Amino acid sequence: MGETILSVKDLHISFRTLDGKVSAVRGVTFDLKRGETLALVGESGSGKSVSMKAINRVLPGNTLYDQGEIIYEGQNLLKLSESAMEKIRGRKIAMIFQDPMTSLNPTMSVGKQIAESILIHEDMSREEALEQAVELMRLVGIRNPQESWKNYPHQFSGGMRQRVMIALSLACKPDILIADEPTTALDVTIQSQILDLIDDLKKQLNMSVIFITHDLGVVAHVADKVAVMYAGRIVEIGTAEEIFYNPQHPYTWGLICSMPSLDTKDAALYSIPGSPPNLLHVPQGDAFAPRNAYALEIDYEQQPPFFRVGNSATHYAATWLLAPEAPKVVPPAEILKRQDVFKHTYLLQI
Amino acid sequence: MGTYILKRLAISIPVLFFISVGAFVLVHLTPGDPADMYITPDMTQAQIELTRASLGLDRPLFIQYFDWISNFLTGNLGFSFGNRQPVLDIIGQRLSPTLLLMSLSLLVAYLTAIPLGIIAALRKDTLTDRFIIGWTFLNVSFPPFFLGLALIYIFAVKLDILPTGGMSVLGAENGAEDLIMHLILPVIVMASQFSANMIRYVRASVIDVMHQNYIRTALAKGLNRRQILWHHVLRNSLIPIVTVIGTDLPKIIGGAVITEQIFQWPGIGSLTVAAINSRDYPILMAIVILSAVAVLIANFVIDILYALIDPRIKYGK
Repeated sequence: MGETILSVKDLHISFRTLDGKVSAVRGVTFDLKRGETLALVGESGSGKSVSMKAINRVLPGNTLYDQGEIIYEGQNLLKLSESAMEKIRGRKIAMIFQDPMTSLNPTMSVGKQIAESILIHEDMSREEALEQAVELMRLVGIRNPQESWKNYPHQFSGGMRQRVMIALSLACKPDILIADEPTTALDVTIQSQILDLIDDLKKQLNMSVIFITHDLGVVAHVADKVAVMYAGRIVEIGTAEEIFYNPQHPYTWGLICSMPSLDTKDAALYSIPGSPPNLLHVPQGDAFAPRNAYALEIDYEQQPPFFRVGNSATHYAATWLLAPEAPKVVPPAEILKRQDVFKHTYLLQI
Repeated sequence: MGTYILKRLAISIPVLFFISVGAFVLVHLTPGDPADMYITPDMTQAQIELTRASLGLDRPLFIQYFDWISNFLTGNLGFSFGNRQPVLDIIGQRLSPTLLLMSLSLLVAYLTAIPLGIIAALRKDTLTDRFIIGWTFLNVSFPPFFLGLALIYIFAVKLDILPTGGMSVLGAENGAEDLIMHLILPVIVMASQFSANMIRYVRASVIDVMHQNYIRTALAKGLNRRQILWHHVLRNSLIPIVTVIGTDLPKIIGGAVITEQIFQWPGIGSLTVAAINSRDYPILMAIVILSAVAVLIANFVIDILYALIDPRIKYGK
């Protein structure tokens, strides 16, 4: 694992809407190292996708970057001009989106779409770019690329289109690949193929990858570091092992317990009670408190700071339960059971 | 593709047949009698009957139709009830003024509407957008006869810099400059109607495409706004635009009834009005068939264009 290449500091983002200002991201801080895979996990609306799109500044026009910095190669991306940003997008920081069915231009052949990403950043002829596009298609496992580059997106299956998206995003060998729920729209069998492909390519190209997902199972075997987000904030961050074996935040417990597993015999799958807060009106104290069975009085008054977990240099959780004065709480029994499950399934590879 | 074209042609034959039957019946059902034109107060009933018989109107309707269609199939469109000239010649004389006026109007309309629609879409909800949309609203709301008369009043009557109507000043026939002067006002009236409609479609279509996920992909690739517009937005927003063009195209031949009438433009539109007024059945039938053919051709051209623009559209063998 190399040096830090991306550093997000206290990022605050909101949207102007007809109803008022929606605070989608409320203070996100993390570092990404070269070659590292970070997984950002959380429910829909937790701000994971917004904070990642902010890195490439591909958010809609009503976005307000209220506060914070995104430092890449010594410069704050939020302060860069649009034209300077165009040189970073796709070339240094690339993205894959959730829905491969609609993320490709339906009236342009896939080969041209891949070649286009090369052409705008590199000085070469159309023919050379197309040759490279064919090469990239072969790299991501598309059959018969010499012929199929001429095909249009509707002639490919969902999994193949996502491979095209990956080829397109890797066209300039970026430093960072942001994959925004890249497997959500795909069949389960295709999901693991795509995840493995991204993981392989990451190693080949020495990229850093940020996975955005709401499915812990998806990231368990590819992530080095996991950040759990809730209501626009990171509530727990640590290595994959720390998050899966030693979760500290009640929200992380809830997430882990609500993962379906072949070994859980109980009929009903656990779900966290209640629903996420409306970020049009940011609640006082910890946003998770109303849904938290372990909430303390202070949770309703003051937002918990990050507490370091044990002596770990990497594991932090924002819960008052970790305060020295807090009562000792035992995680739900299900968590302990799950740890055993993880040991035998996902984490064997780590 | 070849078989598809043949199929389309084959289908258009029964379509034209039914249109001709329907039009023939409707035209003959309209109250009034073409023979009225020839009747003078001192004519006897027998003379009136004779006039009707000379126009062939005394026979049963289906015989008249059979007569008409068998002539039509040999290329004979009959003779005008009015001046007894061959219908084909009359239509031929009227077609080129209409073709000139309408194609010029459409050209002016599209050349202004497409850029304005794109600008409105790119500057959505800004003052520029509001202004363009307000302008189209004004154009759609003003009926062409009002706009036409207002323009005639201002530019022809008050300022006296443009002619009130017609295609040429007497004695100045064939002068290009004269023709252009006569074209300005009717083209403005027609173009404003066409363009208002088009601007709204272009704007809506471009806005719709700009919200598609693949535009976000293009942005994330590092393309700038101009590249995104040219390489990804335009082609994809063409489909609804082509549909509008498809509904406009037949008017190139059918002409504009009201505008031609106001500007005394000697085209198909004013011929239609005159033929209806005098119940000139052969002329009316010819115009109906001509318009139907124009619509069929336009639809056909549009369908081919769809397939050229969007690779997802393929016509079966």
